[in-house]
This record gives sequence, structure tokens and C-alpha cells, in this order.
Amino acid sequence: MTEAVQKGVPGEAARRPRAPEPETPVLVVDDLVVEHRDRGTGQVFRAVDHVSLRIDAGESVAVVGESGSGKTTLAMAATALGPRGGGDIRLLGHSLSEISRTRLRRLRPEVQVVFQDPHGSLDPRQSVRSGLRELRTLQPERTSWIGDAELLGSVRLAPELLDRYPHQLSGGQAQRVCIARALLMRPRLIVADEPTSGLDVSVQADVLALLRQIRATTGAALLMISHDLAVVRSLCDVVHVMYRGRVVESGPCEQVFVTPENDYTRELLAAMPGARWRSRR
Amino acid sequence: MTGVSQLELDPTAAGTPPRRPGRRARTSVFWLSLPLAVVSVGVFVLPLTGLLPAAGQDLAATRQPPAFLPGGTWAHPLGTDKLGQDVLTQFVTAGRLTIVIGLVGALVAIGPGTLLGVLAGYFRGWVDRVISVLIDAQLALPFILVALAIIANRGSSLPVLFLVLALTGWAVCARVTRSATMAIRERQFVFGLRAAGASEPRIVFRHILPNLAGTTVALGTLQVGTAILVESALSFLGLGVVPPMNSWGSMLASGQDELSQAWWIAFFPGLAITLLVLLVNLLGDALLTHHDPRKARR
Repeated sequence: MTEAVQKGVPGEAARRPRAPEPETPVLVVDDLVVEHRDRGTGQVFRAVDHVSLRIDAGESVAVVGESGSGKTTLAMAATALGPRGGGDIRLLGHSLSEISRTRLRRLRPEVQVVFQDPHGSLDPRQSVRSGLRELRTLQPERTSWIGDAELLGSVRLAPELLDRYPHQLSGGQAQRVCIARALLMRPRLIVADEPTSGLDVSVQADVLALLRQIRATTGAALLMISHDLAVVRSLCDVVHVMYRGRVVESGPCEQVFVTPENDYTRELLAAMPGARWRSRR
Repeated sequence: MTGVSQLELDPTAAGTPPRRPGRRARTSVFWLSLPLAVVSVGVFVLPLTGLLPAAGQDLAATRQPPAFLPGGTWAHPLGTDKLGQDVLTQFVTAGRLTIVIGLVGALVAIGPGTLLGVLAGYFRGWVDRVISVLIDAQLALPFILVALAIIANRGSSLPVLFLVLALTGWAVCARVTRSATMAIRERQFVFGLRAAGASEPRIVFRHILPNLAGTTVALGTLQVGTAILVESALSFLGLGVVPPMNSWGSMLASGQDELSQAWWIAFFPGLAITLLVLLVNLLGDALLTHHDPRKARR
């Protein structure tokens, strides 16, 4: 993979998507089970129940479902940031149950996460600039491809924001900073966990447009966790519907939305704003 | 307390406009630390000015009342004790030791307390279980029992006093720090750093500790008050500061059997302890509110 191909800043390398590597999927989740044990009662709650999914290079996959359906637990396990119970997860071909700690740490920057709460995703005691500087000391080679100002420009933020602290940023600005921090690592998979839920409606559209643009220009795969079906439909190729820890329906986005097979999926679609109006039409 | 005037400075505030919610807390922090700073500087500077009456005994002028009472003279503004020693001079020199004990006593409790609390709160698992049991055990022991056991064994001296203060103070700090750490380590930025390849020690020392700074400063301030009270109580029992050294607690102890004839010997150090601890505790509370994470996040 040449330097020019890996360089993936929106706008700049727009016409040069990353060379696909069809043989290794970015992420394979194989029969994953994650359980939470209540310390007091000893009761076991199965948050993720035998879930399998696969994301190929450059693909955009969504996991939708109501709160508590295990979406976030799945995302955290898949990125090796949260607990992983039974089953296996392969990141870029490396099985997480076999990989050593050192190798995992080297692999980590390939997968970046954008969280729901943009302010909580930034250390309140660090300015934007010093936060970026820290990322650069952590991954010197990986991050040398772009300057701070240019990076902020790629998420359409003014370079003056570099000296701001997180509490001086608006929600939308903070979320863009988070996206910029993820981009700096040139990840092959971006996991977006409800990236727009904490934002105003007007800002939501901007952030989604940004994610779409990043997908097109960097060729990074996207795992989108959301309960917002409209968002998913506009951004993703494949969708998995989760209900109580299980995947109840999977398939290409249009197919699932137009001809849902599962009752729960139908309910979810009916609950979408404007759904009735649309079906009557 | 010479350090107090710096405590109100918020490390995040450097070069940033003032935050709205913190404003009131900040002014009260200022007005609380001002008298504390004046007292602590005064206690160290006054003896150097030569304005204080001589420290020696004067058996011709024993149990003289303060200057504002009938029979008192301005030669001894706060009167004299049963050996004719000037109460004001004793008060000032004893205040030095009291304040030093308060500050050092807080540091020796806060240091290990914060460290253990962060370890327990961040790494959880068996580390947390061991440290939590130690905290509970420590809190279950009456402090006077611990103090008596150690002092009976080692005799009373300043290092032993600091050991007692460390042992009686660390548990509270550890418990508060532990729960604060548990809250911070679940914040999403910690996961983000891990995803960027940051090592656990880096996350703890570069991110968790700085975010705890506000809590630690406030806890430390409260601990100064506790240390002064513990020292006073021990000195009152004859277990803390022993002659020829003097603290406000030991002055209180030596003045107690004179209360009916010369109340001023015990009154002024007693009043000083009360006011000092009250101010320090109010300051600690103001700092805690000031560093409330819910406010800091905005």
C-alpha cells in the first residue's frame, strides 16, 4: 500500500480510494456472547447473544436497535475496548483471543471510535492542540501525514479552535474534533457509536455529511451504531437489527427497510417519524 | 498556610475566560483563603519583627490578665501564664508549629491516600478488593486507639505524630479518590486514548490524576483541618507535641487546670483552633463545589 493511497484526507485524496484488500475483512465477529454479572444479586444478563457479523474493507455496516439491545456492548467488544465473552473477534485478520497485548496495542490505531457524547470523549484538561500532540507522540509515524491546522480543516473547523479547551467547544465542534482525532490515525475501520444523538438536528446533518465524505475519500470501513433509522439508511450498505442482544434481521439496507421480514424490524420502521405518511403515499 | 493562596487557581483556567458557574465559588474561595493566608504569614513573620514581648519566664508577673481587662498591661497584650511567660508570644510560636503540622499532616495523608485510591478505582479486581478492605479496616478502628498504640510504642515526637496523622487520614482520601477515579475511568476519552494505543500508566498519570486534581486539592484542604484537630486532641492528652515545643493544642492542655484563675491561657489557642479549622473546612467545601465535575464539564 503506497503512501499516496493511504493518504486519506477528505478533498485531497478524493479520487484515490484506498486499495481494497478483499481477502481480509476488517472485522469479523463470530458467535459473540457478552454477559454482565450483577455483583449484588449474581444475576447474569446476556447483553450480546450469539451475534455474528462481518465488515469488508471500505464497507459501511449499521447496527440498529432500541436502547439496551446490546449495540454498544457489541461495538466495545468488537474494538477490544470492552469485555468479550464467548465467541471470537478478528480485527484485520488477527483473532483477539490469540493476539498478544503488545500486538493488540499496535493494532489498535487501525480501529478508531467516535462516541455519542463529544464532550466526554475529550479530556477536559487538554486543549485541542495538546490532545493532538499526545496522539502524535503515541503514534509518531502513523500521524505525520498531516498538520494540525490542515487536519481541522478537513473536518471543516477553523485552526483557531486548536487552543480551545473542550468546554469552550460547542457539541458539533467537539464531535468534529473527535472525528479529526480518529482521522489522524488513518484507521481502516471507524466505529461510530450514536455519533449524532447528542447533537442538535441542524448539526447532525453536518456531521453525517462529514462521515459520508470521509467514507468516500479515505476508504475506511464504517460500523455505525444507531437507533436512528433515517441516519442508517442514508449512510450504510448493510444493516443488522438487534433486539435484546440478538440480531433479528440482517441484509442490505434497502431490502431491510423496504421489505422487512421480522416483526420487530417492522415495528421499528413504523416508529420512524414520517413512516405512516410514507406508507400511505 | 502559605500554600492556600495558590489553591484557588484552577489549572484549566489558564488563559481561558472565566466560567460562569464557577464564579461564585471562586470569590468565596478567595475570601476564605485571605484570612488563612494572613494568619499563616503573620505567625511566621511576627517573631522576626521583634515586636513581640520577650519569651522568657518572669515570676514577678505570673497570671497577668490580658491588656483589655483590669490589671492587665500592654507589656503582655494577652496576659501571662503561671510562670509569667507571655501568652501572645507563646501563641504565635505555637501557631507556627500547628500550621506546619496541619500542612505536613495533610500531605502525608493525601499522598498515599490518593495513590491507593487511584490504583483501586482504576485497576479494580483484586487490587481494589485488598485496598477496600484496608480502607474499611482503617475506618473501623477508633483513631485514638491507633494513636495510643503507636505513641505508647514509639514515644511522642514529630515523626511519630506525622505517622499517626498519615494512618488516620489516608483512608478517607483513598475512599473519595477511588470513587472519583471510577467515574473518570468510564468516561469515553479514556476509551479513546486506549484506542489510540496509550498505555495504562500513561492514562493514569497523564489523564486520571490531572482530572482528580480538583478533588485532591479540596480533600487536602479538609485534611489540614482534620490534622490540626487530631494534633490538638493528642496534645491535649499529652500525647502530641511535648515541651519545650508548643502547639495550640498543647497550650490548651497546659491552660486547662488554670481555667478558673487565668482563663486566657487556654482561651486564645482554643479560639484560634476553632476559627482556623472552621475556615479551612469552609474553604475545602468551596473548593469541592468549585471542582464539581458537573460544572467542570461545561
